[in-house]
Amino acid sequence: MSILFGGRATGAESFNPTFAGRIWMAVLTNLRQSISSLGELWRTPLWTLITVAVLGVSMTFPATLHLLVKNVQQVSNSYDKSFEISLFLQNTATETDVATLSTLLQGNPEVAEVKLISKDAAMQEFKQESGFGEALDFIEQNPLPHVLLVTPKVNTPAAAQQLQENLAKERFVELAKLDISWLERLAALVNLVQQAVYAIAVLLLAGAILVIGNTIRLLIMDKKSEIEVMKLVGATDGFIQRPFLYTGIWLGLFAGILAFLVIELMLWWLEGALARVTSLYQSQFHFAALTFGEFSSLLLIGITLGFIGSYLAVRSHIRAIEPA
Amino acid sequence: MLRFEQVSKGYPGGFVALDRVSFELGKGEMAFLTGHSGAGKSTLLKLVSLIERPSAGRVIINGIDLSTITSRQIPYVRRDIGMIFQDHRLLKTHTVFDNVALPLVIEGFTGRDMARRVHAALDQVGLLDKARCLPETLSGGEAQRVGIARAVVNKPPLLLADEPTGNLDPDLSKDIMRVFEAFNQAGVSVLIASHDLGLIARMRYRMMTLKSGRMIHDGLMHKEEEAQ
Ligand SMILES: Nc1ncnc2c1ncn2[C@@H]1O[C@H](COP(=O)(O)OP(=O)(O)OP(=O)(O)O)[C@@H](O)[C@H]1O
Ligand SMILES: [Mg+2]
Repeated sequence: MSILFGGRATGAESFNPTFAGRIWMAVLTNLRQSISSLGELWRTPLWTLITVAVLGVSMTFPATLHLLVKNVQQVSNSYDKSFEISLFLQNTATETDVATLSTLLQGNPEVAEVKLISKDAAMQEFKQESGFGEALDFIEQNPLPHVLLVTPKVNTPAAAQQLQENLAKERFVELAKLDISWLERLAALVNLVQQAVYAIAVLLLAGAILVIGNTIRLLIMDKKSEIEVMKLVGATDGFIQRPFLYTGIWLGLFAGILAFLVIELMLWWLEGALARVTSLYQSQFHFAALTFGEFSSLLLIGITLGFIGSYLAVRSHIRAIEPA
Repeated sequence: MLRFEQVSKGYPGGFVALDRVSFELGKGEMAFLTGHSGAGKSTLLKLVSLIERPSAGRVIINGIDLSTITSRQIPYVRRDIGMIFQDHRLLKTHTVFDNVALPLVIEGFTGRDMARRVHAALDQVGLLDKARCLPETLSGGEAQRVGIARAVVNKPPLLLADEPTGNLDPDLSKDIMRVFEAFNQAGVSVLIASHDLGLIARMRYRMMTLKSGRMIHDGLMHKEEEAQ
């Protein structure tokens, strides 16, 4: 309805009295604008390419780090399940004591397996491995202790540590040793890298928003006279800014796709090397590529960045343009 | 329809472009606004289309004081006013059809309904066969008529034209004026700023003359002026 001329019906309401009809018109208009924005990008292919490349790279970097962290986490998780606690027993412990303790431990619900390395067996092994061989025969008494290798059922470093402390208090146990420190170090490292990934991602993505904002700003400046004309014939700021928002969204979407392609290309390139690394772990783990969910998130992030960047640009710049 | 009440307009820097101008343009009336360069013709039209706001006085359209119109409402007000510019202000990268369709697209028209209206407007200015052309392939008179088609495509009750014949030869100017007359006869109020006195004189419409921002004459042209 017109503001100045009460009875004058204007626009869609004059030919489409139903609400649903008007919604449909709005959908059509938006569709047309989004497609024409795409065409607009096509008209300046070089500039579009440069912008998408810059954006794509700034998205590729954090996405790659994310992939790396994800896989390292997987490795450390697979190791969590296989730690071992070595119980070094007191020298005074007899074979019977050892057997008793072993049975006792096997009854512990947190223990998966108990394996005995008797002092004789340990000596035998030491002789073979060390190469001192006969020289050791001169030692009258075997100085090595009995050792019980305990495999815990628990699979987190913290729980394993707890178990180790408990076992250390058992009778005849001289020392309980958990090979955990390197796991913890790895976990801490992964954690640190993850934090760094977030920080870098935030910085890069903020940069991406600025890049999109600047591209859109240049587009707006380029179309200054066109925008003036549109304002003169009664276009609202909302109508004028919509194609620019779509442009931003397209740029973001393309950047997301580019980042995905670059990562896939990188994985393909590194496939051989990765296979060698993973074979060292005897197929305990297999390098995980981007999941479909992560691919979708990448696109969604791109779209969001495009929208935010272009929104910031249109907010300030389209309102500033006034016909004179 | 359109009323000015003691309207003054000073530009930043203290220059007074309009000084206490009052007049009324009736519904369905056609009038010319003349005066030397710098007299304030464009300024007056800009106050109607809300490109500028008056420093004092009131501009009233159809009983509504434009000072009550907020900046968010301006686009909707402009849809009720057809505007024609000396430099036609067409979108260079769009076809004649798209240029004329612009006000309709802005209002949400689509498809066949939009095309029908665009063709009707182009037909009224005699350019139906140029719909697919780009503006740069048109002559000055044709481009101006496209501008007119765009201004009337959504049938506004008020038409403003700023030097619509500024760059045209006398014959083309006459053609353009006939187009305006036709719209006026269909009930549209028309206000045309022009310093083409010879042309205006022959047309025998109401004429308002500005001089240094003041309205010094309002009415049919005097015989002696006509003789010039
Ligand atoms: N934005 C502005 N800022 C300052 N002064 C302005 C501005 N626009 C116009 N003026 C001044 O106001 C006066 C009237 O200008 P206006 O454009 O209304 O004249 P005009 O009658 O349309 O002239 P012409 O026939 O040359 O188009 C001129 O002296 C001009 O310099
Ligand atoms: Mg002027």
